[in-house]
Amino acid sequence: MDTVDDVEAPTVDAARDALVSTLVEALGDGFVTGEVHPGVDVWVRVTADSWLAAGVALHDRCGMSYFNFLSAIDWKPSPYGRDMDAQVDGPEVSEPGPMEWGTTGGETRFQVLARVHDPVSGLGITVKADLPDDRPEVDSWIPAYAGADWHEREAWEMFGINFRGHPNQVHLYLPGAFEGNPLRKDYPLLARRIKPWPGIVDVELMPGDDEASEEGDDA
Amino acid sequence: MTDTQQIAYIAAQAADARVNVELETEGMTLNIGPQHPATHGTLRIIVRLDGERVVAAEPVMGYMHRGYEKLAEVRTYPQVTTLVNRIDWLGSFANEVPFILAAERLMEVEAPPRARWIRTALFELSRIANVILFLGDMAVQLGAVTPVFFAFRDREFVLNQIEAVTGGRFHPNFDRIGGLKDDLPKGWIEETRGVLARIRTFCDEMEDLVAGNEIFEARTRNIGVVPADIGLAYGLSGANIRASGVDWDLRRDSDMGLAHRELDWKVWTHPDGDSFARYWVRLQEVREACTIVEQCLDGIPSGPVMAKVPRIIKVPAGEAYVETENPLGVMGYYIVSKGELVPYRVKIRSASFNNVSITPWLLEGVYVPDVISILASLYFILGDIDR
Repeated sequence: MDTVDDVEAPTVDAARDALVSTLVEALGDGFVTGEVHPGVDVWVRVTADSWLAAGVALHDRCGMSYFNFLSAIDWKPSPYGRDMDAQVDGPEVSEPGPMEWGTTGGETRFQVLARVHDPVSGLGITVKADLPDDRPEVDSWIPAYAGADWHEREAWEMFGINFRGHPNQVHLYLPGAFEGNPLRKDYPLLARRIKPWPGIVDVELMPGDDEASEEGDDA
Repeated sequence: MTDTQQIAYIAAQAADARVNVELETEGMTLNIGPQHPATHGTLRIIVRLDGERVVAAEPVMGYMHRGYEKLAEVRTYPQVTTLVNRIDWLGSFANEVPFILAAERLMEVEAPPRARWIRTALFELSRIANVILFLGDMAVQLGAVTPVFFAFRDREFVLNQIEAVTGGRFHPNFDRIGGLKDDLPKGWIEETRGVLARIRTFCDEMEDLVAGNEIFEARTRNIGVVPADIGLAYGLSGANIRASGVDWDLRRDSDMGLAHRELDWKVWTHPDGDSFARYWVRLQEVREACTIVEQCLDGIPSGPVMAKVPRIIKVPAGEAYVETENPLGVMGYYIVSKGELVPYRVKIRSASFNNVSITPWLLEGVYVPDVISILASLYFILGDIDR
């Protein structure tokens, strides 16, 4: 298998490390953790209270003038067992598995994440923050990046996250009277509960593949 | 003009101005869309007017919202490409590329060189098919009907080439994790050269017919000016931000995993930031896309089009964000994987969503006819806003 490891991967990434240390300096205790994948990407996690401060620091001190996107992740697995391995995809509700967090870890169910970019150096950074379980809310990023407006409206209606100080937190996509937060994992995908997904078994032959090599590497 | 004529003219102007001041203009709310004849795509905009001036504009979205982020959570990785295909339906192949690249990064798989080059060629052909429609459509929005027929006529040749390779005119679903579904058909390279020559002729026609047209210039010069810092804060991308003088193109400035950096081409910018600049930059970009495809055709290396990947694709746990410079601007996918057959979460960062989010700011204070010019020049695809 061709892997990206063939090209000698850099082990130190001065530019991204500097970015992280600037944030550590700017946020102090608000900075939780950072992760640099040298030559690839960088993530940082900040506390919910430092969320806006992180945005301002990135914009004013790190040259990240370009706003890319803002969204959220619901880390509590779906109770509907909608893994493609599951043959039954019906109405049974099971106890969801334990929460497992991704890059830079996490502590709570909801995480907001935003990505900003420096158009001069070409570096981008993903910022995350854990939100309190009892009341998922965080400061709006609009003072730092005007473009956060619609992204926060989307995250508000899709995840039920409240953005403090947002001037116009109303539905963006969904009709005004819509109830529920569709991108939360416990929001059922009704189409799948009515009818099983016909694509559960869907394996396509690749060019040069024949039936003999069906097992593959990791079947 | 003699002095007396000039004085008479000034007096008349002053009288007009006084009438305008004294005339009480009543506030009015105009609902452009979803069925208004001036609707662009199906974007509905509610504008509050004071006379001919826009006081506030509020786009209303969701008429095309298909919930792809939710649906992607119950599809295997190969199945997601059929979904994302339908985000920007005019340049479908380009939608698949960043998703596949993000999955490849997580799996640590790299497509063989031949696949990368063919991807680049198809990626740029999608751009041509997408953007030449804009070049005609912008004119039709401003009242010139002819160019759009030219655009549809010539786009057909590009779509034929895409169809010849992928089997699909609009929804190729051709990109695979680790490479491509198939190799190029026989004779395709020569045919494509002919098509590119036609597209170059089309660009020249548009330059004469539209960009050089006095009325077109009057409707677009100094209309809808986006300063660079505002554009960056709203996350404008693609030709929209380059028309504001920001020299930033992911194809050149970041390692997207395609062959662009091995080719010789130019990133065009324009200092004005107005509707005309956005049109002009896109016109140049189509020409550059022709250059890129031509170089691809000359240089496609031989070899397989598919790396060795497992038959059943499980993507190792991790997170990756990959973005590419798509026809409409920067498109990216933030994939969260937990090592299963399906992605845990896919955040789709589509170009038009950010590009259109600037409209409330941009439309404030402009005149009604300029609304059409500005919306047309921002160039969005509804599916790319609503996802």
